[in-house]
Amino acid sequence: MPDLDDMTWPQIRHAGYDGFVVTFGTRLSEPANRAALAFRDAIDHAGIDAVEESSTSLVSAYVRFDPLQRDHAAMRATLETLVQQHDWFAVGLPSGRRLWRVPTVFGGDAAPQLAEAASVAGLSERDAIASIAETQVRVQTIGFAPGMPYLGELPPAWDIPRQTELTARVPAGGLCVAIRQLVLFPVDTPTGWRHVGQTALRLFRPDAPEPFLLRPGDEVLFDPVSPEELDRVRDDANGGATCEDIA
Amino acid sequence: MTRALIVHRAGPGVTVQDPGRPGYLAYGLSRGGAADRLALAEGAALLGQSDALAVLEMAGIGGEFEVTEATRIALTGAPMRASVDGTRIAWNACHRLEAGARLSIGAAGTGNYGYLHLGGGVALPRRLGGCGTHLSAGLGAPLKAADRLEIRPDTGSRTGMAVAADDRFGGGTVRIVASLQTDLFAAGERARFEATTFRRDARGNRMGVRLDPDGPGFESEAGLSVLSEVIVPGDIQITGDGTPFVLLNECQTIGGYPRIGSVLPADLPKVVQARAGETLRFSFVSLEEAVAIEARARDARKSLRKRLTPLIRDPATIADLLSYQLVSGVTAGDDLERSER
Repeated sequence: MPDLDDMTWPQIRHAGYDGFVVTFGTRLSEPANRAALAFRDAIDHAGIDAVEESSTSLVSAYVRFDPLQRDHAAMRATLETLVQQHDWFAVGLPSGRRLWRVPTVFGGDAAPQLAEAASVAGLSERDAIASIAETQVRVQTIGFAPGMPYLGELPPAWDIPRQTELTARVPAGGLCVAIRQLVLFPVDTPTGWRHVGQTALRLFRPDAPEPFLLRPGDEVLFDPVSPEELDRVRDDANGGATCEDIA
Repeated sequence: MTRALIVHRAGPGVTVQDPGRPGYLAYGLSRGGAADRLALAEGAALLGQSDALAVLEMAGIGGEFEVTEATRIALTGAPMRASVDGTRIAWNACHRLEAGARLSIGAAGTGNYGYLHLGGGVALPRRLGGCGTHLSAGLGAPLKAADRLEIRPDTGSRTGMAVAADDRFGGGTVRIVASLQTDLFAAGERARFEATTFRRDARGNRMGVRLDPDGPGFESEAGLSVLSEVIVPGDIQITGDGTPFVLLNECQTIGGYPRIGSVLPADLPKVVQARAGETLRFSFVSLEEAVAIEARARDARKSLRKRLTPLIRDPATIADLLSYQLVSGVTAGDDLERSER
């Protein structure tokens, strides 16, 4: 196995028949995620022939292209040139990002695994809520299911493993934690992540003008509210969340 | 009133499909679309229309259908027993279906996914750039009895043609390329993967199919510590217990299981059409070979229209023989051109 830690970053590798992945690290880190978001933004603005689609995962940017229009060697050369243009770890985040404030019920019947998660993280429930609520997390990637964000990075105490047993059902809008990340589920889902908060967000709305609530790179603050307050915003299109552009 | 298809009965996996919804990978939505893309091209060639039009995909078994006005239809993909008012009609062919006649499509004799194409295509509003059903994303739902689908206007007129379908039913050898994580598998594991015969497991759907090796499972050197990366249809992921899954059009968009390789788009129909119990083998090709294979496949799809042949019928089975033009070549000679317009 290649020792990825000895490599210089980023690495360009082909993915399947018609894609390349540009990877900025072996493990999730804030700078690698930021670099991946910035690099994908650069791909989208470079107007490269034969490119059909791009995306980011946690530490990589992906580009899909038509190899019958532009061969792999030419595509790789284009990406290498783009890689050389900047120190991608130092480049700022793309523009067009937004800061969301999301009403969230922590613990109780609405989010029954808060106490357990806090205990695994070595925090009191009160400190656990404060720790999550005070951390402005970024949408590191959207994936697995439509509109489903992976958010981070939480303070080191939250480097807790996923459960070995699945929680049978976390409702749509559920906020779950593991490995210094938060996820929000677009639909009811069984999961190994611990359910610590509940929001009224509808993350995937196929018939809305903007079908996906969140975009990669958006930032989120989860504001603690009472179950009664959450009930009052359940019918709101954005689940009571507000957003402002990040300058 | 608009021309429509009426569903009288439908198998459990009859859905509207088209080429899918590329462009939403960054938002977690896989492209979806018809499981067997070649079938879309074959039906489009038969009807002389775009392969982007929406069709009915039938998993395993079809159903019973009727049209409100005469409609051209084409049948492609896994061959199923099809008849109109009790008279058998040919698969891999296009026909004229009269208003009120009952089209019955039974179980697939071989393969999994059969397709019913309609002249003009199914008219459904586009959602996120496509009108296909994406079951795992909750877009659309399987068709059921009493559903009524409007059909767009048909600009063609030709029927009674057959397409020489590429035989992709019954398993066989599937060509793959190395991908992101292929190097996480030692050379010996990769060689063993190529030397292994797999049986398509009964567990499989539009998201992916499970493969059962004839020996032990496969191990990567990264174990379970691989960071989640982009998934594309065709990727062969190896789960924790060493079992391979080929991921298909409705797969998740990122995932943490290592992938040993990725099936070429041209060979993916062979994977989706292999039935439970049928055998598949995998063979690595270089990227250069892959490009050549895909170029040939594209050229073959483009030339499908030129390679159509008139349906040959047994005169003994034609009820009104005298009503047919029996001397070949006695037409204005522009039938093909007219139907292509």
